Amino acid sequence: MKSDTHALQPAPDAHGHGEHHAGGSRESYLIGFGLSVILTAIPFWLVMSGVLGDKQLTGLAITVLAAIQIVVHMVYFLHMNTRSEGGWTMMALIFTIIMVVIGLTGTLWVMHHLNVNMMPGHDMSTMQ
Amino acid sequence: MTLAVVPPQSSEPVFYVVDEHDHPEGASTMLGFWIYLMSDCLIFAMLFATFGVLGGNYAAGPTPKDLFDLPLVAVNTSMLLLSSITYGFAMLAMEKSRVGAMQAWLVITGLFGLAFISIELFEFAHMIHEGATPQRSAFLSSFFTLVGTHGLHVTFGLVWLVTLMVQVARYGLIEANRRRLMCLSMFWHFLDVVWIGVFTFVYLMGMLR
Repeated sequence: MKSDTHALQPAPDAHGHGEHHAGGSRESYLIGFGLSVILTAIPFWLVMSGVLGDKQLTGLAITVLAAIQIVVHMVYFLHMNTRSEGGWTMMALIFTIIMVVIGLTGTLWVMHHLNVNMMPGHDMSTMQ
Repeated sequence: MTLAVVPPQSSEPVFYVVDEHDHPEGASTMLGFWIYLMSDCLIFAMLFATFGVLGGNYAAGPTPKDLFDLPLVAVNTSMLLLSSITYGFAMLAMEKSRVGAMQAWLVITGLFGLAFISIELFEFAHMIHEGATPQRSAFLSSFFTLVGTHGLHVTFGLVWLVTLMVQVARYGLIEANRRRLMCLSMFWHFLDVVWIGVFTFVYLMGMLR
């Protein structure tokens, strides 16, 4: 429906809706691919060779490498930035990350303590 | 839609837009699809949480060390990573409107995706053959749910890929097809991101337990 108030609207260009996602260049895809290969090879090598010796240290290392690789994929393959769609994709991502962190840490924390306290042989009567 | 429109002739100033402004067709598709991906991300996060809680409950059954074959997982990971970069090349060909090159890259992407699914199904069949079925233990239930959901996503991605190749062959690189190919691009790269979590926290962490 069009009406006389049409003149009040901002010019279509000012709204910035028609924009397309800026695709990456060949170089950016190749950089992302190279980084991903390295960031995938290192954790597999760490676990298969066991060079670090300590399991907790290896676990921490591969977690950090996975986090870095996820960021690499987000930037080089999914072309995440703070400008696309007027910043709304970044807002949705930040909201999702907050929900994921609350869900994951909350679940693991609560269920870990539930497991520990429900161990067979755990005698409540000794807890005075 | 009928709205009480303040006549513009009136001296009262109008501080709001009475009509929705024009949206070009498909203008909000990318944002909408991104929000779908974020909701999918929440599904996977909950499956990861379930696996994190139950991943150690073997019920005296097989453990990750008995079941997982890391070299095979490494091959599988490289299949998905290669399919991600070839899809990227398909998108570059699309931007230059080179239909033939784009379709060729999409075929290669599809073959890598098919190799990924085949290796995963081979792994599942091998595990089930050895008695490591989803019913065996909580670890295996949560494993098959998480990795199976990811595999199902890749399978639907392949169906979508073939559909779009037929669409492009029939109608060419029209605006709607470009938009659909960009959505599938996001979907495909997103699945690769989820797989980073799977190979790190399910396979590699499993071997460390």
